[in-house]
Amino acid sequence: MERLGGLIERIALAMAGKRSPWGKPPGGAGNEGGGEGEDGETPPASEDQPKGPRNPWLPGGGSEDRPRRSANIEDIFKHRGPEGPRRAGGGGPNFRLPQRPGGGSWFPVAIGAIVLIWLGFTTIHQVAPREQAIVTTLGKYSRTLNPGLNFTLPWPLQSVDVENVSEIRLERIPDGTEQKLILTGDQNLVDLSYLIRWSIKDLKQFKFQLALPEETLREVGEAAMRASVAEHDLDRVLSGAGRADIEQAVRTRMQAILDGYRAGIVVQGIEIQKTDPPEQVVEAFKDVSAAQQDANAAMNVARTYEQQLLAKAQGDAAAFNKIYEEYRLAPEVTRRRLYYETMESVLGKTDKTIVESGGVTPYLPLPEVRRRAEQSVTAATPASPGGGR
Amino acid sequence: MADVWETYKLTIIALIALAVAFFSSVIVVAETQQAVVIRTGEPVRTYNRFQPNVPYGQTNTGLRFRIPFIERVQMIDKRVLDLDMERQEVLSSDQQRLQVDAYARFRIIDPVTMVENAGSEENVVLQLQPILGSVLRQELGRRTFASMLTAERGEAMTNIRNTLDRQARQYGAQVIDVRVKRADLPEGTPLEAAFRRMDTDRKQEAETIRARGARDAQIVRANAEAEAARIYSDAYGKNPEFYDFYRAMQSYRSTFMGGEGQSSFILDSDSEYFRQFRGGNR
Repeated sequence: MERLGGLIERIALAMAGKRSPWGKPPGGAGNEGGGEGEDGETPPASEDQPKGPRNPWLPGGGSEDRPRRSANIEDIFKHRGPEGPRRAGGGGPNFRLPQRPGGGSWFPVAIGAIVLIWLGFTTIHQVAPREQAIVTTLGKYSRTLNPGLNFTLPWPLQSVDVENVSEIRLERIPDGTEQKLILTGDQNLVDLSYLIRWSIKDLKQFKFQLALPEETLREVGEAAMRASVAEHDLDRVLSGAGRADIEQAVRTRMQAILDGYRAGIVVQGIEIQKTDPPEQVVEAFKDVSAAQQDANAAMNVARTYEQQLLAKAQGDAAAFNKIYEEYRLAPEVTRRRLYYETMESVLGKTDKTIVESGGVTPYLPLPEVRRRAEQSVTAATPASPGGGR
Repeated sequence: MADVWETYKLTIIALIALAVAFFSSVIVVAETQQAVVIRTGEPVRTYNRFQPNVPYGQTNTGLRFRIPFIERVQMIDKRVLDLDMERQEVLSSDQQRLQVDAYARFRIIDPVTMVENAGSEENVVLQLQPILGSVLRQELGRRTFASMLTAERGEAMTNIRNTLDRQARQYGAQVIDVRVKRADLPEGTPLEAAFRRMDTDRKQEAETIRARGARDAQIVRANAEAEAARIYSDAYGKNPEFYDFYRAMQSYRSTFMGGEGQSSFILDSDSEYFRQFRGGNR
């Protein structure tokens, strides 16, 4: 591994060429090896070439036209340090690890970081309070992680599947707003929509047992709802008590079926949101309640009449009784008084013609009477002689 | 670089060969799968074959081996699978039509038989679909329309499940459950007729309620009138002769004063009213 890393570094260095960011290339080492690589041929930087007498004992003085430079501290340490022994033992004359001064190569660091991140992400698992996680070792179920910090072997040896198990999930049937007609026990149709609330009971069964858990849940819900509605008559389905019964029956039925599949699902509850008659006949259903109102209205009118009639009768009777008591005390006087009072008020406001009976032939001036009457707003009708006799 | 290759040539080649050999001979069987190893077209062994009541974690899953290039592995779903039936129109014994949507849940319990006789899970579904349809038609067709809807359905479903299960065994499948998820009246005439029946049923109810309301109102009125008559007769019966006079006086007032039109009187001086006018009693 280390060797491979060195190799990569070397390639990178070769690619970097003369514009190597490492500043001073290890020129001495390269030159000693016979100057094969490009960086080996790189002349030392100019400040490294002080003019002066050539020193034959110094390495890197291969070029005759170059001025000889004196030994400096760099030359002394060049063959020491960590690289020296490794190069000596390290195989080919050309093979060596590149120097890594302060800024060094980032490749091993990067690879190390990737490995660390990989390990971090696949061995440490934080499971939130509402969640659980399934751990599989090479496909085999090994354990279920509970909330908290958990450690596993790295991927791909172990893989972790986190799922929210406390969440109450909702399934609405039907999805949209279209009609969903269900046949009732008396072969009527009812438009029904409902909500299934469910959650995961056993995560490993939920994960491994059913191919399509959610679709299964929906289908089981539909089957249970149909069966339960078919046990009741339409009126009962539409009533509140019937709805509660159906909700309970559907829940029990669904749970039994799902347990039969070992689905790992618990049905928390069924909520029937709407039970309506089909829209094709909804007017007739409304008419029934309208009819009830109509009947009540007719009854109210009758009762009003009854009250009016009885009150009037009682009033009339009471008035008569009072008068009659007075009349009994003084029959003739009361009778006369009533007669004159009535005549007074009646004749006082009407036209009167008095005809003397006896020797005179009565001439009834009807045209005159009529003309006088026509002067007023309405035509008069001659009345026959009135009065109590 | 070249030197590395030269030096470790054999090692590298050996490592690569080993890796290839390892990865081509190893299979990972998940909990949801069962694996059938097929050697030259013939199933030779299975891994993680379905067994009832074996808890997860103790199943035969995980890293398993095969002979590379000679043995082929087919993964088969171990979970409960869905078999959805096309909508079927079922004729009941009393000649009523019903559109039925059913589903079955099944599981591959014998993967070798399944591979030999069906090939894949999709083929099992394709084979079983028409069988489910015809079994359903047969079984429900024996029943009346009303009993199809209600609790007797449970028994019918058991019969259908058993019949379908017998057929499914030859494909290595076990039918767990058959359910009717929809049972609707067919579109068109039957549905319209049902609506019409519901409509007239409700209209009848509405009109009955109205008629009852009218009847009750009439009874209330009649009772009121009877009661009023009783009150009047109680009072006036004490002295019919005085009642006659009293009522007549009331009647004159209301006729000549409250009534419409102008009234003109032509009075004979002999009338009772002028008795005193003529000079007292004659």
